[in-house]
Amino acid sequence: MATTTSPGPWDRVTRTVNDATRKVPAWPLYIIGAVPPVWIFVAGLTGQLGVDPVKAMEHQMGEWSLWLIIAGLCITPLQRFAGIRLLKYRRAIGLLAFFYILGHLLIWLVLDVQIPSQIIADIVKRPYVTVGFAAFLMLIPLALTSNNRSIRWLGAGWRKLHQMVYAAAILGALHFIMLVKGFQLEPFIYAAVILALLALRLSWFTRWSRRGR
Amino acid sequence: MSRIWKSKFKDHDVTDEGLYLSRRQIMAGAAGLGLGSIAGPAFAAPEGLEPNPIEDITNYNNYYEFGTGKTDPAENAGALTTQPWTVKIDGKVDKPGDYQLEDIIANAQIEERIYRLRCVEAWSMVIPWNGFTLASLLERAGVQSGAKYVAFETVARPEEMPGLRYPVLNWPYREGLRMDEAMHPLTILATGLYGKDLPNQNGAPLRLVVPWKYGFKGIKSIVRITVQDEEPFTSWSDANGREYGFYSNVNPEVNHPRWSQATERVIGAGLFGSRRETEMFNGYADEVASLYAGMDLKKFY
Repeated sequence: MATTTSPGPWDRVTRTVNDATRKVPAWPLYIIGAVPPVWIFVAGLTGQLGVDPVKAMEHQMGEWSLWLIIAGLCITPLQRFAGIRLLKYRRAIGLLAFFYILGHLLIWLVLDVQIPSQIIADIVKRPYVTVGFAAFLMLIPLALTSNNRSIRWLGAGWRKLHQMVYAAAILGALHFIMLVKGFQLEPFIYAAVILALLALRLSWFTRWSRRGR
Repeated sequence: MSRIWKSKFKDHDVTDEGLYLSRRQIMAGAAGLGLGSIAGPAFAAPEGLEPNPIEDITNYNNYYEFGTGKTDPAENAGALTTQPWTVKIDGKVDKPGDYQLEDIIANAQIEERIYRLRCVEAWSMVIPWNGFTLASLLERAGVQSGAKYVAFETVARPEEMPGLRYPVLNWPYREGLRMDEAMHPLTILATGLYGKDLPNQNGAPLRLVVPWKYGFKGIKSIVRITVQDEEPFTSWSDANGREYGFYSNVNPEVNHPRWSQATERVIGAGLFGSRRETEMFNGYADEVASLYAGMDLKKFY
């Protein structure tokens, strides 16, 4: 993990972070994580989200979901390449991502499209909706098996199952790219970040970086 | 040919925003007194449309030259210089040349038109425009007989329009109409809304409004009008011809490849507002359906 050379300033940063996080439990993340959706909903109710609060809520929840997915994908590379250990927060981040995506979906269903027949038609016929919905479906088994008992029960299969988040992350980025009009940079930045984080996991990259040390 | 739509309103009928609001209060009061069924005042919208407040109209704009966010134009469009303003009219016209905006307006009969704007993104709002018919300007320039199309171009000033730094579309923004669409009495060039000068984010100082077409056909901040025989280049069909056709008539039966056009979100309806069903030609079928008689609207979308 950590390099064998003499400790430099970077190692001090790593040690400080690791010492600090050792004392901070993961559970407050659930409370902090509840703040943005509640804030977004209250802001929408009280007219602080502008002229079109439904779209604003939908987009903000979607963006938060992507940030959380990206945060979750950062944890393994941070440990592997920088020695920063944040693994104990990964479950909370992943579950929050799932609930944010659920919120994003519910805003779309209940406040935006509203009409059940059109919801079904959109899921089947509109590729960007299909892609986003598929990503959500993929995350359901992951959320359900995020408890300790499932981890023990599934054994080695748990890791394999939870690698499905890679596919869901790619679909999430694709969902964003597909829904904008014209050529816009922002969704491609999200896609690039997600693809880069996934590339760091490829075995050739890991081998290459080990050889480099 | 269907009946020609004639405005009942002259320029002195243009109402300022204060009057609008007070009139709405009177209406609300009347409704409260159980007099709800009174006919609208003489200058209410022909279709009984209730205009959105000016805050909605000026803070929810698609004007990508100022950014792709809905509030970007309100934030950035202030930098656009709209005085002096010249519109080049060229092509197959008898009197081509650079027309000063003051001169165009001085010769125009400004009227109020309350239209529902239906965006291709499946939302709508109601806007009280002030403007004049495109036909009147084209007649002044003298359209030569047989000319088939009108092409329009938006100003492109990178120093004033930050969105031009990004290749969202092939700038400058361009749009076009068939000649019969351009000459239709519903088609106007707007110079104001709510009786005031057009705000920059809404396309100041001169923009096209074609109420039976999706909003993006209503090209903003026009600097050039060309009468020509070829179907004009249009920015959105250039960017994605499968999604945005030349005609782009509002049509609940022809869906956008990525979303349904059957219904629309009503801007200003709030968090729990319901959608409304999109109407054929945005509710102007009586006036314009005959323009497309015999055309397959699924093919010519």
